[in-house]
Amino acid sequence: MPTDRSDSHLRIVWVYPDLLSTYGDRGNLLILARRAQARGIDVETIPIAYDEPIPRGGDIYLVGGGEDRPQTLAAARMRADGGLTAAVSQGAAVLAVCAGIQLIGEYFHIEDKQIAGAGLLDLRSDRGDSRAVGELVGEVDPRLGLPLLTGFENHGGRCHLGPAANPLAKVLVGVGNDGATEGAWAGKVVGTYLHGPALSRNPALADLVLSWALDVPLSAMPPIDDTWPERLRAERLAAVMPR
Amino acid sequence: MVRAQLATALVRTAARLSRMTGRGDGSVIGGRIGLAVEPRLLTVLARGRQVALVSGTNGKTTTTRLLTAALSTLGPVASNSYGANMPTGHTTALAQSPNAQHAVLEVDEHYLRTVLAETRPQVVALLNLSRDQLDRAMEVGMLADRWREVLGALRQQTDVPPHERTHVVANADDPLVTWAASAAPRVTWVAAGQRWQEDSWVCPQCGAHLKREGVDWACPGCDLRRPEPSWWLADDDTVAGPDGLRQPVSLQLPGRVNRSNAVTALAAASLFGVRPADAAPRLAEVASIAGRYATVERDGRTIRLLLAKNPAGWLEAFDMVDRVSPAGAAPPPVLLSINARVVDGLDTSWLYDVDYASLRGHRVLVTGDRRFDLAVRLEVNEVPFEVVDTFTDALAAVPPGRLEVIANYTAFQDIRAELGRAN
Repeated sequence: MPTDRSDSHLRIVWVYPDLLSTYGDRGNLLILARRAQARGIDVETIPIAYDEPIPRGGDIYLVGGGEDRPQTLAAARMRADGGLTAAVSQGAAVLAVCAGIQLIGEYFHIEDKQIAGAGLLDLRSDRGDSRAVGELVGEVDPRLGLPLLTGFENHGGRCHLGPAANPLAKVLVGVGNDGATEGAWAGKVVGTYLHGPALSRNPALADLVLSWALDVPLSAMPPIDDTWPERLRAERLAAVMPR
Repeated sequence: MVRAQLATALVRTAARLSRMTGRGDGSVIGGRIGLAVEPRLLTVLARGRQVALVSGTNGKTTTTRLLTAALSTLGPVASNSYGANMPTGHTTALAQSPNAQHAVLEVDEHYLRTVLAETRPQVVALLNLSRDQLDRAMEVGMLADRWREVLGALRQQTDVPPHERTHVVANADDPLVTWAASAAPRVTWVAAGQRWQEDSWVCPQCGAHLKREGVDWACPGCDLRRPEPSWWLADDDTVAGPDGLRQPVSLQLPGRVNRSNAVTALAAASLFGVRPADAAPRLAEVASIAGRYATVERDGRTIRLLLAKNPAGWLEAFDMVDRVSPAGAAPPPVLLSINARVVDGLDTSWLYDVDYASLRGHRVLVTGDRRFDLAVRLEVNEVPFEVVDTFTDALAAVPPGRLEVIANYTAFQDIRAELGRAN
């Protein structure tokens, strides 16, 4: 365990909520905190505004989606700050959703400009021919041991993964990165085009991120009552999966 | 001109048929037929009238109704009072009131350019801009950009004398609205409030982080700041205006947001020469608008209907629920109903932009197509809830007495239909 990460409780850092929370991104913070607390783990949630330094000592970092203008501003701030990169090199976990996956890649495009990202995942984003809007279902990389990924996507970008990043899922419904794969992961960093409260329909993904932060296998996470998330998953999957 | 007369007659016939056959209230179909015959029909019908437009993310229908009430002191007023807020609806409204010298039109925020160009209004009232149905609508920052372009173009109205050029009434508390409206040649600033601030942290002009202090806001990076308003709420029952005006206003409509809508309506009405003292009693007569805020009796339950379509609207609705809780009495049960059909927006992510904590202490029931999304949201929010499959089940589950209902668009319409078109 790195010495400057707190052992007594789990620290979840929400990066720039004032710029990057267009679509209910707060949900991921609330869900991670609740699922940790349900396992008897104390949680500190730390929203970091755009004019504050990103602390190096967090266990989990959340990066949300934003409109073009805030996203550009966030990328510049994040790179100048360097806190997120330092935390990841010390073993912190990262969940990035929607535009967040573009932000933590190598670069992305806003209008005709190429903008440098945080460089945490080996991927590059450009603009697609059309906006991808709708339900997304994916079969998750079997190495991660997760059930189907389900959620809503709404983005104009497309992601191209380099060799150091693994696709998070194979697309069954929707578009994701490019119509074939969705999201990316490497080490303890995961990004998805599912936007907003992506974890509300994917409690197992929430537990995976928690298990990374706690340095335990996913199978070691004690089960908790998931009646309502499971009913939501069942309802959504039944509504959108091809019969 | 004959073509326009024919088209106008068709609009009325089609609207009447639509109502008679029970297919709808006729507010869209008539206009659609009329515009097919005469594409310039809206322009023709608006000519020679005094027109006000009302636009923004929330409060359009209510403010349109309040302004219509205020202008009715001058004579008949044409208005799309059923919330059909695109050009087809405007065309129907004008065709059905050929003798009204005044018109108040609610305008979908994406149609401001078109309707402004066609109706040449005397007044445009702009309420607020916040996130709404992002799966099908423009991002809100982009919408503000478009508004600014459209309003800036009013400076080119050189073919009309200055005193007839369009006058904008805009909410100084909303940075996006302020930025858009400040491009217009003539603006009256109103402090209409902004409870929801999550869409206006970044300066729309230069991208810096806005500084806020109380109701005041300013950009540290450029000259954009909250303009000094000339109309505001002095207290819960008093509207303050120019020249030391203090006008008592007591509304039947609940919530601070509706008192703010009344401020905007009085400011806009004053530009047509209506004195606030004459308008205020008319505003007080408005009890419900197309079922919104309506109270319905059913099986011993007194059901009140609140419509809330997006995060900003839900925050305002919770404020109204709090107000109807009399001191000492148990708070009434609250039914939340959510759908995600096309007109609602297919995406329910915004549920997480709303904090439901203020509902703790109420018995909370959830229903609608997307009740499981709500269930997961409330569980995370630590608000105890019960899931019911239908509105009828919800009614059966609560004891006689009051029931507050908050629903988004189609969920609201479904419940209204079950209650027999509550007005």
